[in-house]
Amino acid sequence: MSVLAPRRSTLPGFGLTMGLTLTWLSLIVLIPLAGLFVRSTDLSLAQFWDIVTSRRTLSALKISFGLSFAAACVNLVMGTIVVWALVRYRFPGRRLFDAIVDVPFALPTAVAGVALTALFAQKGWLGAPLAAAGIKVAFTPLGIFIAMIFIGIPFVVRTVQPVLIDLDPEIEEAAASLGASRWHIVTKVILPSLTPALLTGFALAFARAVGEYGSVIFIAGNLPNVSEIAPLLIVIRLSEFRYADATAIAVVMLVVAFVIIFAVNRLQRWAQSQAST
Amino acid sequence: MSIEMTLQRTPDASARSLAETAARRDPRAEPTVVRYAIITLAIAFLSIFVVLPLVVVFVEAFGKGISAYLSALADPEALSAIRLTLGVAAVSVGTNLVFGLAAAWAIAKFDFPGKTFLITLIDLPFSVSPVISGLVFVLLFGAQGFFGPWLQAHDLQILFAFPGITLATIFVTFPFVARALIPLMQEQGTQEEEAAISLGASGLQTFFRVTLPNIKWGVLYGVLLCNARAMGEFGAVSVVSGHIRGETNTMPLLVEILYNEYQMVASFAIASLLAMLALITLIAKTILERNIDGDLPHDH
Repeated sequence: MSVLAPRRSTLPGFGLTMGLTLTWLSLIVLIPLAGLFVRSTDLSLAQFWDIVTSRRTLSALKISFGLSFAAACVNLVMGTIVVWALVRYRFPGRRLFDAIVDVPFALPTAVAGVALTALFAQKGWLGAPLAAAGIKVAFTPLGIFIAMIFIGIPFVVRTVQPVLIDLDPEIEEAAASLGASRWHIVTKVILPSLTPALLTGFALAFARAVGEYGSVIFIAGNLPNVSEIAPLLIVIRLSEFRYADATAIAVVMLVVAFVIIFAVNRLQRWAQSQAST
Repeated sequence: MSIEMTLQRTPDASARSLAETAARRDPRAEPTVVRYAIITLAIAFLSIFVVLPLVVVFVEAFGKGISAYLSALADPEALSAIRLTLGVAAVSVGTNLVFGLAAAWAIAKFDFPGKTFLITLIDLPFSVSPVISGLVFVLLFGAQGFFGPWLQAHDLQILFAFPGITLATIFVTFPFVARALIPLMQEQGTQEEEAAISLGASGLQTFFRVTLPNIKWGVLYGVLLCNARAMGEFGAVSVVSGHIRGETNTMPLLVEILYNEYQMVASFAIASLLAMLALITLIAKTILERNIDGDLPHDH
C-alpha cells in the first residue's frame, strides 16, 4: 500500500484529492521553482560567485536586506504599540483602525507605490514639510525604507494580536499582587510570552520586504548601487536577456527566503511548546 | 485663602485617592499618560502610513474633476486592462478554488505522514518574491527557456500573453483558498461526514450536502482574498506580460505605465478602482470572519 494511505478514516476521496493536490502543486509551484535551481546549475561555481559578488549585485542585495531589516525593526516596535492599543485600550475608531491594519495586505502593490510616492514627493503632503526640514524621502533609500515599513505593518500586528488577547490575565494579577511594578510586569512577564509571536511577525515582515517590488520601485529612484533593490535588478537583467544573472540573484534570494520559512516554523513550534507549559 | 485652598483641595484629593484605589484594583492598567501616549502613537502611525496613502489615491484621481476621471476610465486602453484583469482573475480564482477544496479535503479530513511539510509547500508562493514568481515562468517558457524552442516550433504563445499572465497569477495566489479552508475543516472534524457516509450517502453527496454548507463562508473568504491578490498582482505579472499596449497590460501594469508617462489623473483613476476593490475586500472580509466564527464548532 501507499505510504500516504490514510489511517482510521472511513471517508472517501483521499486518493482523488491528494492526487489532484500533488499534481497541481507540482505543476504550478514545485516544477517551476525547481527549474530555477536547475537553470542556475548552467553556471559554474566561479561564474555564480562572480555574478553574486559583482558590485551592482552586492549593492542591490545589501540595500534589499539592510533596509528590510531596518523596516522590520520599525514594524516590530510600532506593531507592538499598535497591537497593545488595539487589544488593551478602548478609544473612538478602534474597530476602524483594527480593520485598516490589513490595508497593506489588500491594496495592490502598484497602487501603494504610486500613492506613497505622491505623498512623499517634494510637493506631496508629507514630502513638502519634510523637504522644508531638509529631509528628502522620495527617490532616495529613505523612500525604500518607508515603502517597506508600509508593506510590513500587518505582519507583527496580526501575529501578536491573538496571543495578546489569549494571555491569561491571572498571571499579571498574580505578579501585581506580589508587588511587581507595572513596568516590571510588562517587560518581565508579558513581553517574554509574546516573544515567539513578535519574532515570527518580525521574520514575516522582513521576508515580505526583501521580496517586495511594486510598492518600492516607484518611490525608490532606482539608482544603481544607491537605491536599486534586488528584485528590480532581476527585472533589469531579464530585460537585458542576461538570464544567468537574473537566475543567480533569484537563487540567493530564494535560499534566504527558505531559511526564513524554516526559522518561522521553528519559532511557531517554540510558541506552541511555550503555550502548553 | 488657606481655608479656601483646603476646601477646594478636599474633593480633588479624595478623587485622586479614589483613582488610586481603582488603579490598584485593576493591576492590568498602565498610568493614564502612558495609555494616551500609546493610543496617540498607534493612531498617528496608522494614519500616516495607511490612511494618508489611501486618501491621496482618490484625491489625485479626482484632482481634475469627475469628467476627467470618467474619461480616463473610458479610455480603450483602460477598458482593455480591466477586461484582461477580470479574465485573469476569473481563471486564477476558479482553478485555485478547485485545488484549494481538494487540498483542504485531503489535509483536513485524513491523517498521513508529512502533512505539515505539505502545508509548508502549499504556502511556498507566499515567501517567494513576486518578481521570482514571474521569472520561473520566463525560464520555462521564454525563448531561451526549457520549453521555449518547442513552443516556438508549434507556434504557441505562453509568455507575453494571457496564458503566461494567468500562470504567474495562479502561482502567487496558490495558497489562499487552501489556507482559508484547512484550519476551518480541521476544527470541524469528520463526524458529520462519517455519519452521512454510514447512512449511505455517496462521497460527492456528502461533500455537497454536508461539508460545503459547513464551510461556505470559509470558501467565500478564500475566494475573496485570492481574487483581491489576483486582480492586484504586479511584480509577477510585470515580468511575464511583455507590456503590449491594449493587449497584455493588466490594471496594475497600466497604473505604472500611465504614471511613468506623467498621466497622473489616468494613472490614479485606475489605481482608485483597485483601491476600492481593496476596501470592499476588507469590509467583506470583516463580515465573513464573523460568519466563519459561527461555523466553528463550539464546546457547549
